[in-house]
Order: sequence, then C-alpha cells, then structure tokens
Amino acid sequence: MIVVKICRYLLLIVLFTLSPAIGFAQYQYGIVADIDNHLVAITADFSGQDVLIFGAIQGAGDVVVVIRGPLSEVAVNRKGRVAGIWANVETVDFKDVPSLYGLASSRPLYEIMPPEVLDRYQLGVGRIKPTLASGDPSQERLFAAELVKRKRDLGLYADRVGQVVFVGPTLFRANLRLPSNVPTGTFMIDTLLVADGRIVAAQNMPLVISKVGFGADIYRFANAPYAALRFAYGVLAVLAALAIGWTGHLVSRRR
Amino acid sequence: MTGYFVDWILGFQLYLPIAEMTVPIVLLLGLGALVGFLSGLFGVGGGFLMTPLLILMGVPPTVAVATQSNQIVATSVSGVLAHWTRGNVDGAMGIALLAGGSAGSGVGVALFSLLRHVGQIDVVINIAYVVMLGAIGIMMTIESIHALRRVKIAAAAPEALRRRWIQRLPWKMRFRKSRLYISVWVPIGIGFFVGVLSSLLGVGGAFMLVPAMIYIVGMPTMVVVGTSLFQIIFVAAISTILHSVENRAVDVMLALVLTVGSVFGVQFGSRTGAKLPAEQLRFLLALLILCVAAGLLYISVARPESLFDITIVDSR
Repeated sequence: MIVVKICRYLLLIVLFTLSPAIGFAQYQYGIVADIDNHLVAITADFSGQDVLIFGAIQGAGDVVVVIRGPLSEVAVNRKGRVAGIWANVETVDFKDVPSLYGLASSRPLYEIMPPEVLDRYQLGVGRIKPTLASGDPSQERLFAAELVKRKRDLGLYADRVGQVVFVGPTLFRANLRLPSNVPTGTFMIDTLLVADGRIVAAQNMPLVISKVGFGADIYRFANAPYAALRFAYGVLAVLAALAIGWTGHLVSRRR
Repeated sequence: MTGYFVDWILGFQLYLPIAEMTVPIVLLLGLGALVGFLSGLFGVGGGFLMTPLLILMGVPPTVAVATQSNQIVATSVSGVLAHWTRGNVDGAMGIALLAGGSAGSGVGVALFSLLRHVGQIDVVINIAYVVMLGAIGIMMTIESIHALRRVKIAAAAPEALRRRWIQRLPWKMRFRKSRLYISVWVPIGIGFFVGVLSSLLGVGGAFMLVPAMIYIVGMPTMVVVGTSLFQIIFVAAISTILHSVENRAVDVMLALVLTVGSVFGVQFGSRTGAKLPAEQLRFLLALLILCVAAGLLYISVARPESLFDITIVDSR
C-alpha cells in the first residue's frame, strides 16, 4: 500500500519537474497584433496610403508581417508574331493569385529562416508559386515567373513595404505602404514570430479596402451582377447623352 | 511661369470609373474639342477618329469602343434635330435601315464579347481600324487629288449593272420621300452591315452609310444625310445599352466630358469649314485619316515592350 502511495508521489514529482519541458514550453512564445484602421476608403484622388501594424511578442524572436490581397484568377498571355502582327498566342491561367503581396520584417528574411522554410510558406516575392488552373503544364514555371514579374513591375508585389521596428524588447510596430493602384477587397495580414529558424507564433487580421465616391458608385452600377441593372445603366447613359446633346444643340442655336 | 500654370491646370484630374484611369480634365475637353472641330470642319461623324485617339491615349480598346457608342448618341442629336425639322428624313427608309441596324448591333456586340473571351479583341480592333481607315484614307486621297486637279472620274457604267441586280430582289416597297420603289432587303442589309461594324468598332458609320445610300440604294442626296443620322443615333443607342449589359465597358463620365468639348469644337469647326474650299478640306481629312491609320499600324507591328501581359479573369 505504502509502495503504491510512494510511487504515486514520485510520479507526481517527476511530472511536475518535467512539465516545463512538455507543457509550459508551448506557452513560451506568443504574438498579438492589430492595425490602426481595419477599413481603408479609396477616394478619387487616392495616391497611396500607410497603415500601421503594431503588437507585442512573448519570447524573443523576429517579427515578419505579410500582407496578401484578395485572391483572383489571372491569365498570363504571351504575344507572338502572327502574319506580321503581334497577338496573344498562348495563355496560361493561374488561380488563387494574390492581387497584392507585401512583406516587412525586423531583420532580413535570409538571416532568420532557412530557404526550405521560406519556400514552404512562400515568404518573399521570389518564392510565390501560383497554382496552375489551365494551360500547358510544361510552360507553368515560365508563365508563373512572368506573372510575378509583371505584378512586381506594377508595384503590387514588393519584398519590402515597410520595416518592423522594436520599441523595447516586446513591443513592435510596422508602417506598411499601400500603393496608389492597390486593389479592392478583403486583405489578410499575417504577423509571424520567428525563432530558431521556425515560425513559432502567428496572428492574422483582415483589412478591407474599398472605393468610395461617385466614380465608385458608377463602377458598381455598371458592373452590377444583374443584367437588368446594367441595362438600366445603359439606358441612363443614353438618356444623359441625349440630354447633353440636346443642350449643346440649344446652345449652338442661340449663337 | 507657363510651366507652373500648365502644371496647375493639368492638376484638375478626372477619374474615369470604367476605364479605371485618371486623366486631366483639360486633356479630355481638348480631345473632344479637337474631334468636334474636325467633324464640324469636314462634316463627318468623328467616331472613327475618336476611338483610335482614345486607344492611343491609353484607354483600353473595349472601353474606347463602347464609350464611343455613347458619345455618338450625344453628338448626333444636334444633327438629327436639325434635319428632322427640315423634313430631310425618309421615315420608312429609316425604319428599314434601323431594323437591319438593330440586328447588326446585336451581332456586333455578341462578336465583340466572343473576341474578348478569347482574348483577341484588342488586336482585332486595331487591325480592323487599320484596314478601314487605310482603305478610306487611300480612296479619299485619290478622289480629292483628282478633285483638286479637276479630273472627272467616270463611274456611271458599273452603277447601272449594280442597279439592275438590286432591282431583282424581292419584297419591294414604296419609299415615298426618296421616290424609290426598291426591295426592303436593301436598306435592311446595308443597315445590318453598318450596325455590325458600328458596335464592333465604336464608329457612327456615316462614312459607309452615306456612299451606300447614294450609290447602292440610289437615294437623293438631300434625304441621305438626315436619314443616315436617324439610323446612326438609334444604332449607337442600342449599341450602348447592349455593350453595357454584355461587356460593362461604357464609361459614361468619359463620354459626357468628351461631348462637352465636342459641342464647342463643332461650333468653331463648321464656321472655319464654311470659309475653306471643299476639295482642300477633303485632302486634309484624307491625310489625317492616313496618319491615324499609320499610327495604329505601327502599334500592331512594333515589338511590344513586354512579350507577356496579365489579365484578371472575371469570375462573373
């Protein structure tokens, strides 16, 4: 009886001493983050905007912030000469392509993570691998590379949209620059805590970017999902044209 | 000093919601005024000049074509009203042309949509314009050089043959205003052909309609302009509505600002045109058309900056 009791106590003591290694070790790292504004309204004279990401970490490490725009299907066209004229000769479609990609980190990525880990999470513009939707599979790599290159030239994919700065040992902030041609929709911002070459904690948050104003309303009207609405838009456009034309007629007659 | 002023005036930018680009308002008004001036000067529509100019300016070809249909409605109102009040419109002929034109417009928009889907619309529009403007430009240059040199061109014999073939077509109808007894299928066919081209290329079609009505149908010149305007304005309106439903490419802001500029331009254009001899004007117009055609040809055959481009696939 006493032997059983001693064994039970011994087991408890062993578990207690070992528990930091098993249980508490999981709570050594953590990250919380937020953004200054979850909604960015684009007006007609929009020329780019900064958003502020801030947060705190638990445990020591580096912080990486990744912003990805809404996903869309993108067709990559290759031009070729057909009877002397340049036309699209081959198309490869990719799906789930982020419309914007931006990165910010406290230290350069190659310093804090090995290439295999960077590849696995597609961290960095050069490591983005779009998914093939349709087209010649043998051309996939070439067309994917051209897709990324084009997005980069447009300013939509950038390896450094800001810098993560530590204010003290746990508090960090990052100013991310959104370009003037930023797409609209729901963006995902991932804040990652990196230690020992691994991602040990993460938090993600949404950011909604939408156009506001008269121009945006016209766009929504013209691109309405219902054909009846687009019909109404067409009719109104014709009526507006008739009105202006008639006004012009009156003005010219009075001269 | 002038640089500062130019900078300020170019600062008034307008965002075009469908074309998705921002341009200085002054530029659009100027473009509208320029084309309006030319159309007042030469008495032509201007659609076939405006669309290529918009494309050269950077507006996506699909938006340029669809928006032009909208603008043509606006710029044709004045002419239609003027001719209608003077009684220069053959209503019956107009309706027949319109019947063909509506069908043609539908086919044109469907064709446009199909080409967009296949991804070849830009090339087709460019090449069609090069061919069309090139042919018209060359014909006009030859004709106006002959007119300047006062050489008469004999064209009576082939016309007579054409007339006989046309007289054999069925379903003849009396068109009182034009004093013609001719098959309904003639105006319907012409209207259809012009309708397809109008909606596909964003032109009014006057430069095709007017010669066709004079030479193929045989209408008296007085009734031709009014009746053709009647067809043009209706087909342009139908094309606008169909384009906005099918292709979502009508930029009403662009169309209206261009029209405002055009109204002013037409005033100056027609006043200047009255002072210059007609043959010289035709020659200048022919040269202008050839220049625009050459510009578009260059775009089509010159090696593009990048062999690759990307388009977002609409999930709708």
